[in-house]
Amino acid sequence: MILLRLAFQTVFLALSQIFSNKIRSMLTTLGVIIGVASVISVIAALDGLQNNILGEFEKFGAKRVFIDGRRPESMRNKITWREVQLKEIEVTEILKHSESLDLIVPMWYGGYSIAHGKRTIDSVSVIGMWPSWHKIENRQILQGRQFSAIDEDEKRQVCLINEHAIQELDLDRNPVGSYILVSGRRFLIVGVVETIQMSAMFGGGDTSTEVFIPFSTARKLNPNGWLNYAQGELKDPNAAEDAIAEIRFVLRKMRGLEPDEEDTFQIQVMQRFIDQFNSMAGAIKAGAGGIVAISLLVGGIGIMNIMLVSVSERTREIGLRKAVGARPMIILTQFLVEAVVLCLVGAGIGLLIGEGFVLGLRLMPDSPLSKASVPFWAIVLSVGFSAATGIIFGMFPAIKAARLNPIDALRHE
Amino acid sequence: MGVERVRALDGVDLDIQRNEFVAIMGASGSGKSTLMNILGCLDRPSSGIYTLNGKPTHKMRAGALARVRNQEIGFIFQSFELLPRQSALKNVMLPLLYSKGMFKARKRAKNALKRVGLETRMSHRPNQLSGGQRQRVAVARALVSEPSILLADEPTGNLDSTTSSEIIALFKQLHDEGQTIIIVTHEEEVASHAQRIVRLSDGKVISDNPTAEDPLHRKFVTAMASTIQTQVQDIDQNHIPKQLDDTSTNNSTKRAHELSQETEALDASSIHTMPGTKPARGVIQP
Ligand SMILES: Nc1ncnc2c1ncn2[C@@H]1O[C@H](COP(=O)(O)OP(=O)(O)O)[C@@H](O)[C@H]1O
Ligand SMILES: [Mg+2]
Repeated sequence: MILLRLAFQTVFLALSQIFSNKIRSMLTTLGVIIGVASVISVIAALDGLQNNILGEFEKFGAKRVFIDGRRPESMRNKITWREVQLKEIEVTEILKHSESLDLIVPMWYGGYSIAHGKRTIDSVSVIGMWPSWHKIENRQILQGRQFSAIDEDEKRQVCLINEHAIQELDLDRNPVGSYILVSGRRFLIVGVVETIQMSAMFGGGDTSTEVFIPFSTARKLNPNGWLNYAQGELKDPNAAEDAIAEIRFVLRKMRGLEPDEEDTFQIQVMQRFIDQFNSMAGAIKAGAGGIVAISLLVGGIGIMNIMLVSVSERTREIGLRKAVGARPMIILTQFLVEAVVLCLVGAGIGLLIGEGFVLGLRLMPDSPLSKASVPFWAIVLSVGFSAATGIIFGMFPAIKAARLNPIDALRHE
Repeated sequence: MGVERVRALDGVDLDIQRNEFVAIMGASGSGKSTLMNILGCLDRPSSGIYTLNGKPTHKMRAGALARVRNQEIGFIFQSFELLPRQSALKNVMLPLLYSKGMFKARKRAKNALKRVGLETRMSHRPNQLSGGQRQRVAVARALVSEPSILLADEPTGNLDSTTSSEIIALFKQLHDEGQTIIIVTHEEEVASHAQRIVRLSDGKVISDNPTAEDPLHRKFVTAMASTIQTQVQDIDQNHIPKQLDDTSTNNSTKRAHELSQETEALDASSIHTMPGTKPARGVIQP
């Protein structure tokens, strides 16, 4: 209780000391202010950017795996581009042998003209896939139904269209049951899926009409075509490396690749991108932390300097306090508290400036940092570091004050 | 390197009882302040013993001495030593902030200021007070923790004669209320209010008499009575009779005492122990 009261008094004393030397205190804590303000803004901006980009990744889903053929540089002369493309049988084998994969779907892309009534649109994306695509892509079914296994097995001439297609083809408001012509063949519309706007970052750009058909039907449409890629889903986002190893094993075996030969395919896992991005962001944040450490060091030296000045200016006062019974420990605490309070006041001002800056970033029109905000840990960290700076750099002057001999101090001019 | 050693105090042997009013006198540089600093536990003798209220202060560490200063001693300085930015009340509260009494600090400080007659000046800052008032604040600060001794090192040194007599009257009043007081002065007029005069010269006690029996003081009184202007300081100190032992107040508690100090003129803080000094102690018995 007594200690609490004393702590309160020393803090109060320190504040009044700081207040009575306003300009000097401000200049002294400038290092701390700038340090804290800059780290707060950098971290908040980076956090905002990270949220933004991760949000884009999330649209794909962190568990998404992409597999497609690739012709390595060293094999340019040995194999054709066609040969490296994925085959349906490979996809089936991967699904059978990869423990870490939940689902996998071959994706077949074609551009065909679509007609309905008098309207015809050229080179529309026609996508052939298995019914399990629904589970991976999670597109909402707005009308009608999903594809079923029977559609696939029986190579039915059915299709799903996206919502966007309704207006572009001038279809009924409820187009389920209508027919459209895909490359001259009649396809029954069984359902409407939502249109997804991909961000420009992933080549989305303008939304366009999409027509989905069963994979087997697609093969019938163009027997010489190949599947563009396969997409799968991990059971667990942390199983990325396992899944990659399993898929590689299956594909290398099926393609009869020698140990010294490069992969003729590539596997990309969304989680990997996310991890890479996160580690990059982490590195930048650590760099920002380094900047803060340096400016706090500079700030700390400023604090030490002003505390030394304060000790020598107030030598008589220290002598008097000792003469009336202040123990050395109390004097030490008083000066230490003063240094820490000085740093914390600086940190507080720095926080305010940083927050103001972040608010500015957020309110900028079309800001990619609209989600920027100062994370709580950054506040705790910078305040903690400032307090530590106060303790470390205030210690020497405080010890100097505590060690003063009372009569020598009182004799000081 | 030509280090000149100064023995600021040498073989000082004193017993001071509770509720005594002692004046310590001597020429400038005779060691009065050094003695007061030791009595006030602001300094420690390089050898010898100082017992305060039965506590061997010469054995104490800095922290324990601070406690003694806080609770047993009220020190008044020639130059007041008030904190310039704080009100009179805050200045008086200062010692209590370092003691258990901090909860009643304000009330006790107000009472102390009343005792010195400054109840109407509590919120004034030192620069808004006259010299005499400032010294009263300092007296209140010395009194606030109800110390067993009040020590004043030339409390009137910076004051004019009228204000001086006011402060001395205050000391007399405090003494009448039971306070033990030790005061350093070089003015015979100030010393005349004390019960006992201890004279120092070159760090040694050269006389220790009740005020009425002190030959030098009697000379001063006679001179004053005959209104002849006499400069007390001009009197040759060699003529002072040495009456050390027979004037000691209480033989049963009288103990041998020695404070010997060797101070290097170039280094204020180094005080060396003299080898071969006999053990002795000084006692202040309340
Ligand atoms: N810090 C110091 N360093 C060196 N000599 C000192 C110091 N303090 C006091 N002295 C010497 O000790 C002697 C006694 O000083 P002091 O007690 O202040 O005398 P007074 O108060 O009677 O004038 C003087 O000779 C003085 O010069
Ligand atoms: Mg002196």
